[in-house]
Amino acid sequence: MAQIFHRSTNFISRFSLFSAVFLAGLGLVGVLGLARSPYSTNQNVSRAQPVQFSHKHHVGDDGLDCRYCHTSVETSAVAGIPPTKTCMNCHSVLYADAPYLEPIRESYRTNQSIQWVKVHRLPDFVYFNHSIHINKGVGCSTCHGSINQMPLVFQASPLLMEWCLDCHRNPERALRATKDDVFDMNWKAPDNQAELGKQLAAERKIRSTAELTSCSTCHR
Amino acid sequence: MISISRMHLGVCAAMLAVLTGGCQIRQDMADQPKNRPLSPSPFFADGRSERPLLENTVARGSIAEDDLFVPKESNAFPLPLTPELLKRGQERYKIFCTPCHGIQGDGNGMVSLRGMKHPPSYHDARLLAVPNGYIYDVITNGFGGMLSYSAQIPPADRWAIVAYVRALQLSRNAPVSELPPALREKLNREGSAK
Repeated sequence: MAQIFHRSTNFISRFSLFSAVFLAGLGLVGVLGLARSPYSTNQNVSRAQPVQFSHKHHVGDDGLDCRYCHTSVETSAVAGIPPTKTCMNCHSVLYADAPYLEPIRESYRTNQSIQWVKVHRLPDFVYFNHSIHINKGVGCSTCHGSINQMPLVFQASPLLMEWCLDCHRNPERALRATKDDVFDMNWKAPDNQAELGKQLAAERKIRSTAELTSCSTCHR
Repeated sequence: MISISRMHLGVCAAMLAVLTGGCQIRQDMADQPKNRPLSPSPFFADGRSERPLLENTVARGSIAEDDLFVPKESNAFPLPLTPELLKRGQERYKIFCTPCHGIQGDGNGMVSLRGMKHPPSYHDARLLAVPNGYIYDVITNGFGGMLSYSAQIPPADRWAIVAYVRALQLSRNAPVSELPPALREKLNREGSAK
């Protein structure tokens, strides 16, 4: 009986098998890459807000401390979005007639909340606490980036679990010496950060890697 | 041949499912039907999950703050004056007061320089003479162009700030004779060098 398939079919079949495995691998890499990309993490994406509030102006140019508005960051899980009254502390006088700020004045008049768009959103199964990070010496800019240079805030970090764990495995790298350092947007690690970090971790009783990376540390 | 092309199809289908499936994965654990702080809620008419306090609500623990109340005319200071309190006052002053009152308390804060109503200097004779309770009252209830800071600064911190404001006033109003000997010597030495 004559051969139905040409000899070259042998090659095509082997090649197909190989490329199937290769494509599956490539697909997997693609999916993993996609999950880490800004497309799905929203990293580096500025969000339009009801009022285009500029942190660059208020923090970078005017030198306001983070805590002027985010008052509960040292004592609570959430840093706190300021009430409209905090805006009015200055804007009852400054730019008091600017059309740009009308939503602020309207909110103040009508007692309706301004619906700011959340930029850093964690899944509901994560229990992040600002105060413990601040009080142990992790600075704002470590996670939030150079807020003082952002006209509109974007998420500077991927906020992936592997990103959290990266720091929970090596917290010494992020520990800053003083409270002023923690809120310093331009902080850079000193040359002796390796030793200093270890020393600060010991002084502040930072828990062991096993405890910091335990599931229930963040998922309760 | 048939089996191979089926395998191909199967692999392609699986990959497509994985690639496009991301959009359809249910995120029930990530988006739980619960309220987080300041999250919006369609349940209430005003759309807020945070409910405004009922009138005359007394927060737990707030009665303890009554001890920190001092009338406007009184010069009493209800907390023990310690270096830690002054440090705390300095920190809180820098956060909440420097934007207008300036780092030295002379009213030349960044926001004042940019057009805010200029606050009076703490070193004016009038403010040097006011009692402690007056400064506490201004932080609590506001004064002139300054709105109340009672929501941002808890009572103990207000007193820390009062202490620090007094220290700022003293910094420009202390007689040389009251300086510690070491500082007096330093002042004499460096003052005469120029």
